[in-house]
Amino acid sequence: MLCSMTESHLAQVNIGRIVAPMDSPELADFVAQQPEINALADRSPGFVWRMVDGGGVDATGIRPDGNDDLLLFNCSVWESVEALRNFTYHSGHLRVLSRRREWFRRMAEAHQAMWWIPAGHRPTVAEAMERVAMLREHGPGPQAFTFRDPYPAPNGAAQQRDGCHVSTDAEEAVAAFRAAGTSSRAPLPTTRSGNPSTTCGAAPTPHLN
Amino acid sequence: MTDEDSAFDVLGVLSDPVRRRLYRYVAAAPKEVGRDAAAEAARVSRSLAAFHLDKLVEAGLLAVSFRRLSGRTGPGAGRPAKLYRRAEGEHAVSVPPRSYEAAGRLLAEVLENAGLDRELQAAARAAGAAQPDARADDVVAALRARGYEPFWDGGTLRLRNCPFHALAAEFPALICGMNLALVEGLAPEQWSPAMDPCPGGCCVALSKNKND
Repeated sequence: MLCSMTESHLAQVNIGRIVAPMDSPELADFVAQQPEINALADRSPGFVWRMVDGGGVDATGIRPDGNDDLLLFNCSVWESVEALRNFTYHSGHLRVLSRRREWFRRMAEAHQAMWWIPAGHRPTVAEAMERVAMLREHGPGPQAFTFRDPYPAPNGAAQQRDGCHVSTDAEEAVAAFRAAGTSSRAPLPTTRSGNPSTTCGAAPTPHLN
Repeated sequence: MTDEDSAFDVLGVLSDPVRRRLYRYVAAAPKEVGRDAAAEAARVSRSLAAFHLDKLVEAGLLAVSFRRLSGRTGPGAGRPAKLYRRAEGEHAVSVPPRSYEAAGRLLAEVLENAGLDRELQAAARAAGAAQPDARADDVVAALRARGYEPFWDGGTLRLRNCPFHALAAEFPALICGMNLALVEGLAPEQWSPAMDPCPGGCCVALSKNKND
């Protein structure tokens, strides 16, 4: 199976304000599930890397805002939007997600962002928080986007899917996608734009359930 | 032709009872289905099944792939079998026109923005528990009646269909959490529903408690 060498990976960040301190009874179930969920992420197809704190196990010790001890931070790198989507919404992680309001306050502003990075790059907290700020300020764009408005990988080719590249013209794909007025239920632009060629015959992945 | 006309055309194909039986069998099957199995399930001849299955494919209700069921490849492996599965896409028509889906989307958006997951889950759990049919411990029939298309995967009861598919795609955490609570309410006590997403199907799977 041949894949292109000019790889892009997808970085993602999300922040969340917990309802009480990490060592409180309110957060006990959340804390208890961290090892299992992190292990699940680590073995998920398309997982590349996740940021950990000084303890080296998970990211629960990271505080992006030093003045706010209740603001948690999570950052990871994936091979594709689909790989991240499958872990987020099509795995045991969904069990944790469905209990999010027990542990996290609803944030009115954008609290997550995705962006493309060259394979091998490791985002920093500052870089990730800048992407959240971009999303808050400008809305979704190639520099910071969400599941609802995904952007294809840069360089006019290379939306990774299942470890292979589906080649397409990125600009054209985005234009076609926007013009079609499709909702967030639609698959990625690269699967909507007619006839992308794929180097390994990977089928477009149907959207989640 | 309007969207409504196309929906009538597609659904009209199902007015034939044999086709309906074939469609239901293929749509609920956990895997792709060959002609022989479909014919047997619909209690018709293989050639009649083939004719109607292909009508369902023409209408876009079923999709086709070709695969050798023997697992052999190369010369002498024989012709690949034609296999049928439920097609992607949804078809609905309402007379007179009703827009419950649009209302559902608006309501979901408001709940999402207000962070009302737990309130929705409580309502869903109560709604599931209020269904008398499931109390008789025929949880399989109760789930089937709600369109989940349950099937056994070893000792796990998986759900081939997500009745809230479009909303779940748009608001996964909110709607899948609602769905889990609904199934929890519906299932008698000896069952343990849990999030265990099935590719292309529902995010909930059920297992029976060990001590029952």
